[in-house]
Amino acid sequence: MGFNFSKNEFNQLLESLDQEYQIYAPVRKKKKDSFSANDLITYDLVKSLEEIELTAKSKYSAKEIVFPIRETLFHFVEGEQFMASDTDDKYIIFLRPCDRNAFKRLDKIFLENGPEEDIYYKRLREKVKFFVIECTTGFDSCFCVSMDSNTVESRDYSAFLRFEEDGVSCEVNDQDLAAEFEAQAKEIDFEPEFIRKNKIEVNLPDRDKLTNEVFEHQLWTEYSQRCIACGRCNTSCPTCSCFTVKDVLYDENKKSGERFRRWAGCHIDGFTEMAGGHNFREEYGDRMRYKTMHKIYDFGERFDFDMCVGCGRCDDVCPEYISFSKCINKLSTIIEEGV
Amino acid sequence: MALTAEKSLKNPYLSQKAEILEIFQETEIEYTFRLESDFELNFGQFLEVSIPGYGEAPISVSNFTDQWLELTIREVGKLTDKIHNLETGDFLYLRGPYGNGFDFENYRDKNLIIAAGGTGLAPVRSLIEYANNNLDQLSDFEVLAGFKDAGSLLFERDINRWRQNFDVLLTVDKTCDIWGECVGLITEHIAELHLADIENTEVIVVGPPPMMKYSIIEFQKLGVPDDQIWVSYERKMHCGLGKCGHCKIEDNYVCIDGPVYNYAEVKEIRD
Repeated sequence: MGFNFSKNEFNQLLESLDQEYQIYAPVRKKKKDSFSANDLITYDLVKSLEEIELTAKSKYSAKEIVFPIRETLFHFVEGEQFMASDTDDKYIIFLRPCDRNAFKRLDKIFLENGPEEDIYYKRLREKVKFFVIECTTGFDSCFCVSMDSNTVESRDYSAFLRFEEDGVSCEVNDQDLAAEFEAQAKEIDFEPEFIRKNKIEVNLPDRDKLTNEVFEHQLWTEYSQRCIACGRCNTSCPTCSCFTVKDVLYDENKKSGERFRRWAGCHIDGFTEMAGGHNFREEYGDRMRYKTMHKIYDFGERFDFDMCVGCGRCDDVCPEYISFSKCINKLSTIIEEGV
Repeated sequence: MALTAEKSLKNPYLSQKAEILEIFQETEIEYTFRLESDFELNFGQFLEVSIPGYGEAPISVSNFTDQWLELTIREVGKLTDKIHNLETGDFLYLRGPYGNGFDFENYRDKNLIIAAGGTGLAPVRSLIEYANNNLDQLSDFEVLAGFKDAGSLLFERDINRWRQNFDVLLTVDKTCDIWGECVGLITEHIAELHLADIENTEVIVVGPPPMMKYSIIEFQKLGVPDDQIWVSYERKMHCGLGKCGHCKIEDNYVCIDGPVYNYAEVKEIRD
């Protein structure tokens, strides 16, 4: 079902949805970036159309709403364990097709990989409705078309929105919300549009030719000299799902505390360190190789699509100007020309 | 919001309390803890072991029955230091079991050789015990165990008992030998093993990464095909559930796909 809203009508819709949902969207925070005087584009709660940042890419994705940076798993008191409580909050997330597709990757790891579902991810994920922001031009570092994540199927969103000069046109696929949309807007025909060509294109290496011989290539040695293992590529990535579990005891009462998890990244020191101190990838270039293979090969071997969605955030945040899309293209060239 | 018991039960991150029944000192820094257990276990699986407040670590089950299981734990950090201060009657917190473990059917009626380096003996100890009690299910059985020095010898009481039934070749890397037996790296003694009927032989190699690498090379030199070699990999199996990502090697999650692999399937993989 298609609808058209004036800006005012759309704000009335948001006001109405805000009664039941926490609405998250990219916002611009003036001068809040890590570099002075730069704006930070990030996810936060919104109540009006004017708060939503539609002209720039968010530095971080919406992943942290469903997979929080730090999340308490359970509290304990002298060994008795109490699962961390959950709220009744429901969420609406405004996001672009690449980021919606990133959640499909997270779903695979948290809900399908291994013998059990991740109950903490699941209980948040079940309460999320996705509002996809139409994205037909992308940004400078994007390569979603090459990663086949530029489009979204209608069953994967509650609403698909086109933001126009004087209002919003959209499609609604969700019976829970249809009445609220109908109440505010007039019906129109609506067909979602998707970006068909990015400024950057990557050639994915031929899977059959991608053998371990390329692990030894000097391509990775070069990254050892450039990468500083800060892990910004991991934290900005909408599909990085790794975490580390830690315990804390409360200062006030050493018999009680909590076990929590927080984001971990394969570029960061200690990621593979075992008891006794043995590490498996000391060289930063090996970490780049590991991440690259995971994003464009290993994940795809277990599931039926690659992990990387081509959002380009890792390129945007790298302090050493390492480009992941260039890395993929270099790898393809090496493989095509013979290792 | 309070949580129902039913919901808690489905939470794979919560662990269960297990009483310490007995403690055996193995070396200066390694102790074996016998704990009450109702886990259904396979040889070579591991548990996530914790004391709330001090963290959690993957530990191989080093032996088990229907009533108890054993964990052989080296003192290497905050959690294991704390565990080493526990006494009989205290509790550890366990969840699992995790990993595939060794499937005995792969070895039934074969000549089985187990080469273990140091604490690598722990994950194969339950399999060795089973073999010891069921030698009629194997055509031949032999264990080669290597330790850094006499002070790091593990399961001394078991080795003496096993030796009444099958050959256990012991070696220490350094000059101070065990009971006057062979000295040198495990790799130097592989040729002394019963390898006459290679076609009918299966080899299990478990230990630190360099020991495994060079032992496998020795077995290969003696003509053992890759698909008759089995390995158990130790990685940072942090969640045990295939979620946290720390143990992944290429497209393998060691915690769920391993830690036991047929070598032919993993010989190419690299961390």
